[in-house]
Amino acid sequence: MADLHPANPYAKENFPDPAKTIEFPPDAKKRFDNILTRYPNKEAALLPTLHLVQETWGWISPEAVHYVGELLDLSPATVFGVVSFYDMYDQKPVGKYRLRVCTNLSCMVSNAYDIYEHLCERLHVKPLETTKDGLYTVVEVECLGSCGTAPVVQVNNDYHENMSVERMDALLEKLK
Amino acid sequence: MDPIKILTANIDKPDSTSIDTYIAAGGYESAKKALAMKWEEVIQLVKDSELRGRGGAGFPTGMKWSFVPRNAPRPTYLLCNADEAEPGTFKDRVIIEKDPHLLLEGMIISAYAIGSNPMAYIYIRGEFHYGAMVLIKAIGEARAKGFLGKNIFGSGFDFDITVHRGAGAYICGEETGLIESVEGHRGQPRVKPPFPAVVGVFGGPTVVNNVETLACVPLIVKNGADWFKSFGTPKNTGPKLYCVSGKVKKPGVYEFPMGVNLKELIYDHCGGITGDKQLKAVIPGGASAPMLKPDEIDLPLNFDAVMKAGSMLGSAGIIVLDETVCIVDAVWRLSKFFAHESCGQCTPCREGTNWMESILDRLERGEGRQQDADLLLDMSDNIGGKSLCALGDAAIGPVISSVKKFRDEYLHHVTHKTCLPGTKRYRRLDMAVGAH
Repeated sequence: MADLHPANPYAKENFPDPAKTIEFPPDAKKRFDNILTRYPNKEAALLPTLHLVQETWGWISPEAVHYVGELLDLSPATVFGVVSFYDMYDQKPVGKYRLRVCTNLSCMVSNAYDIYEHLCERLHVKPLETTKDGLYTVVEVECLGSCGTAPVVQVNNDYHENMSVERMDALLEKLK
Repeated sequence: MDPIKILTANIDKPDSTSIDTYIAAGGYESAKKALAMKWEEVIQLVKDSELRGRGGAGFPTGMKWSFVPRNAPRPTYLLCNADEAEPGTFKDRVIIEKDPHLLLEGMIISAYAIGSNPMAYIYIRGEFHYGAMVLIKAIGEARAKGFLGKNIFGSGFDFDITVHRGAGAYICGEETGLIESVEGHRGQPRVKPPFPAVVGVFGGPTVVNNVETLACVPLIVKNGADWFKSFGTPKNTGPKLYCVSGKVKKPGVYEFPMGVNLKELIYDHCGGITGDKQLKAVIPGGASAPMLKPDEIDLPLNFDAVMKAGSMLGSAGIIVLDETVCIVDAVWRLSKFFAHESCGQCTPCREGTNWMESILDRLERGEGRQQDADLLLDMSDNIGGKSLCALGDAAIGPVISSVKKFRDEYLHHVTHKTCLPGTKRYRRLDMAVGAH
């Protein structure tokens, strides 16, 4: 289904490259230590730690999966199982701006698919692909919880509500 | 019926998220009052108010709390369900983003009532990044004033809250899926029994409550059970947030006493249908709720009346569809949603939701067969009541109700290979299905 999830679990790209060692930079390490204090065991800290990995490196690489496993005394398979379950964890590098277009029912009847189709055409990408300049990834997502201001597009962490094709174009001008 | 501002009393104030604004309006007095009561009295008060859960199931909150055993071998936990992902629902977001302290105070009182250990979690969906930041800031403010942390309000009760962000999974709004996700697992629901009140997160008794439910608690403690029951009707009490979206002129969150009339809500308060078109269908309670036709919408929006009409109030996410919407297209989109969000554990849901999506997809592409509508009903029968959690039952809601009430649209797709004249297909058939 998704290009952001590698198709072949045995592909070389899913194995960590032993030449690449990976470690949290100091400020991320501090945040990680704080996260650990808030849970009764290490496994429960997995989701927040993965969010921290995604914030630090933009995506969750095989090296990161192994690193998180070491930090939390979990097997890489367990960590990978969690990474692959949740939609927000990206297993491939994504563009600087993730353009998440909601196309669920209320947004759909407010013409969200017009925006989605327009983005793919204007940026010359297929759904889930990243533009060649590495700036944008276009993703169709499920309900974002903003149906009253449909259609809604989430760009990285921010919600952009009451969108239209014109407003999307104007927004893209600002996102460089 | 006139709208009210009880739960939404603070949201329009400048700096509404600040603890000072909240305290100036009398905030945190209820927490002090509750902490001076016996925990049994707090539970009885909430029972007397007839508060029912606002997450979707409408289970009586006081009763849920009373199931928690005291002196259990493992710690008791309160988990706030802020994983608002039911299509059509956006009410919890208003409280989280504009009056976070109402939620925090509700959690303090609820945690005290159930005998919670010193840590509770707000499970907020990952996409609500802004909401998570607002909550984290509010928690910091509460800690600074000694309202959270050790010996809160000098009461001897230790209590703190951590914001636990989800990562994009609708099924984590199911209480046991949420519990699994807090434990750091794939958010796959558990078999019940045992129910969370007995064995929940980290093996201990757990109460999972929705944001809006918890937000009602400080108001009940402040004003009493009779005051709460003065809104709405017996067993369907309290102020209620309603979300209206889709083809209405004024979509948004509206607050009324429980039981506002659905027809009145759509036509009087939300300005009627966009473009003054004809109404075709209303989904009253989020994507899982069976559809209602225009002649069925003259009813009060409370748990019991909507259930009697063959649907459910659920999360009060009201989606309005007009004459221009192709019902097969709309149901395809909802089926795709459920197929995508199925956790995959159990065969009826995992296979069934995907098969329903394929059948509806074929119908849209002009490859439908005469028996497809009945096949969808047959398939729904194999899923309903036979899946591990309620997602299976939710997925069949729109399918069964649309086949029963709009069979003509399905048949038209089979014979004419297009949508009914005058209706529009919103999806793009030539684009790959791209939700990841």
